[in-house]
Amino acid sequence: MRHTISVLVENKFGVLARVAGLFSGRGFNISSLAVGETMDPAVSRMTIVVDDQGSPRIMEQVEKQLNKLINVIKIQEFSRGESVDRELILAKVKTTSATRSEILEIAQIFRARVIDVSPSALVLEVTGADDKIKALLNLLARYGVKELVRTGKVAIARG
Amino acid sequence: MKGAKILLEGLVKEGVEVIFGYPGGAVIDIFDEFHNYPIKFILTRHEQGAAHAADGYARASGKTGVCIATSRPGGTNLVTGIATAYMDSVPMVALTGQVPTAMIGNDAFQEADIVGITRPITKHNYLVTDVDDLPGVIKEAFHIASSGRPGPVLIDIPKDVQQADTKRPYPKKAEIAGYKPVYQGHPRQIKNLAEAIAAARKPVLYVGGGAVASGASAELRKLVEKTSIPVTTTLMALGVFPETSPLSLGMLGMHGTQYANFAIMDSDLIIAAGARFDDRITGKISEFAPHARIAHIDIDPTSLKKNVRVDVPVVGDVRLVLKELNKIVKPGKCGPWLKQIRSWKKEFPLAYRDTGLIPPQYVIEQVYKATGGDAIICTEVGQNQMWTAQFYPFTEPRTFLSSGGLGTMGYGFPAAIGAQFAFPDRTVIDIAGDGSIQMNIQELTTAVVNKLPVKVVILNNGYLGMVRQWQELFYKKRYAGTILEGNPDFVKLAEAYGAMGIRVEEKKGVLPALKKALKHPGPVVLDFKVAGEENVYPMVPAGANIRQMISGMA
Repeated sequence: MRHTISVLVENKFGVLARVAGLFSGRGFNISSLAVGETMDPAVSRMTIVVDDQGSPRIMEQVEKQLNKLINVIKIQEFSRGESVDRELILAKVKTTSATRSEILEIAQIFRARVIDVSPSALVLEVTGADDKIKALLNLLARYGVKELVRTGKVAIARG
Repeated sequence: MKGAKILLEGLVKEGVEVIFGYPGGAVIDIFDEFHNYPIKFILTRHEQGAAHAADGYARASGKTGVCIATSRPGGTNLVTGIATAYMDSVPMVALTGQVPTAMIGNDAFQEADIVGITRPITKHNYLVTDVDDLPGVIKEAFHIASSGRPGPVLIDIPKDVQQADTKRPYPKKAEIAGYKPVYQGHPRQIKNLAEAIAAARKPVLYVGGGAVASGASAELRKLVEKTSIPVTTTLMALGVFPETSPLSLGMLGMHGTQYANFAIMDSDLIIAAGARFDDRITGKISEFAPHARIAHIDIDPTSLKKNVRVDVPVVGDVRLVLKELNKIVKPGKCGPWLKQIRSWKKEFPLAYRDTGLIPPQYVIEQVYKATGGDAIICTEVGQNQMWTAQFYPFTEPRTFLSSGGLGTMGYGFPAAIGAQFAFPDRTVIDIAGDGSIQMNIQELTTAVVNKLPVKVVILNNGYLGMVRQWQELFYKKRYAGTILEGNPDFVKLAEAYGAMGIRVEEKKGVLPALKKALKHPGPVVLDFKVAGEENVYPMVPAGANIRQMISGMA
């Protein structure tokens, strides 16, 4: 199962390496990781999606080990419903004159934007939660997704 | 003030008395400042020796040990020593010089990303790129190294930062947003622990290095006085509870006593204090202590529930938690349990065979006899380490220094040197094998030059004994790489370094040789020719549960 944790860290060089090293050194799996400054430029926020590999006890260790890092200020694990989350993807979809309009129709339904067009491909930009992105990619698969770039999930607590 | 100067100012303010290290081009500015400050610098003959000496100093005294080395090879040579300190939670500050900031990343001469290299083996580390940050970093480093669960902190200081000027004063306090160790245990959890103790019929205290680090020995003794709970300790905690007490079970685990392991396996309550349920302790984890509730006191929350389930977790400093516990604890009814333990102790004592050659265990017993137990004992790693743990009854904390977690051969001798600097008037002995002593033998010079009365007891069996033992028991005696052909003449070697060397080939010569060595005011190397193929027993084979011990005495 996947868990989303939001980690406030000091915005210093090497912090990402410490976090990444912790995951690799202890055999924890990162599904995605997104980092950026907060309103306070001395503090960054990492949104990390962790795969517990079927052992929920791992999450307790992940949190404790992250907390142990000197540069980590605060950790929040979001359980379902407590947060809203989004991911942005760019997908380069193979097109022909025959499929283009179909793809555009799908894009419209998913509120995806077309940000580049060429005779053989379209680049779609779409933002959404997991389910939506998964559904869209499923639909696009039959046309051929030549390239896919994802930001990784970002999440924020509700309220 | 120059960076190098503010560093030394900081070290003085942190109470540093001695630094172990090795010079080089990237730390020359720091070394230049040694002339101006009342800190003793000890030149070891290898940077690894410096790191272990700082570690030994720290373990013996409880203070933070400091070592210094230059960039690339200097820093990488510290690595084993830093990792050793990290695994055993030893407070240490390691200083390294770095190439000038402008050259970092260019593969300059003697450049290495030592901060990257040591990231997984330090509690924290720093590359200081701005001299204005240096005073704060030094303050933080000492604070981090010595507080919470202690550990090594490395500061990498580029040469130009050492030379640059700063107006920042040395701070009075370290303020770190993300670092607030919890010292006081939660009162509710301590109450739960007291209730568990009152309800227990077969309790055992399982005490680890955290109890030593927190100075919990007195509170632990008080707890046992009040409750009569028997105590077993890990290798790291030998001496925290007197092994001469009838309630001491000695060490547990792979080479622990049978009665300690039986007690753990049969217990209905394990109170772990500053220990981490390492695999050498638990054996096969799924069969570990099946009937026991587990209470776990530790200042490091990651230690809790890492390897075993925990019923009563208490996050906090062992000493402070036991102090609170002692105010409310009441003994459970464990008369029959104590009777059972007494009979196990009688039935399954530690023992060894006397084959006519010098039994290595006998040498350890004689070391105890010769010193009256009043000594700081260091060991290397392997059979020498286990026999010392088994056959020398430790009664005070910080008198047994050994690399437990990392298991570093070559640790003991430089650690003994460090310990001797912490306690110039105490007897300090390194118990070594003929293999491991050769890993940092160059430090004989350090001992001789500084007129340190350190004694080295070599249990010379001509093998890398522990691995040979495994090959004998589990690999059909196919000895590969474990026969030490061409060992040097250790007596001549000692003499070549300017130390005293004594060889002993007969059992009756053991005690007189030890007495002679202890009388000698300088370093002595004692070469005991011991029985070659002696094994460490009892032993839990890898993968077995800790009740399934090979006693070796059948």
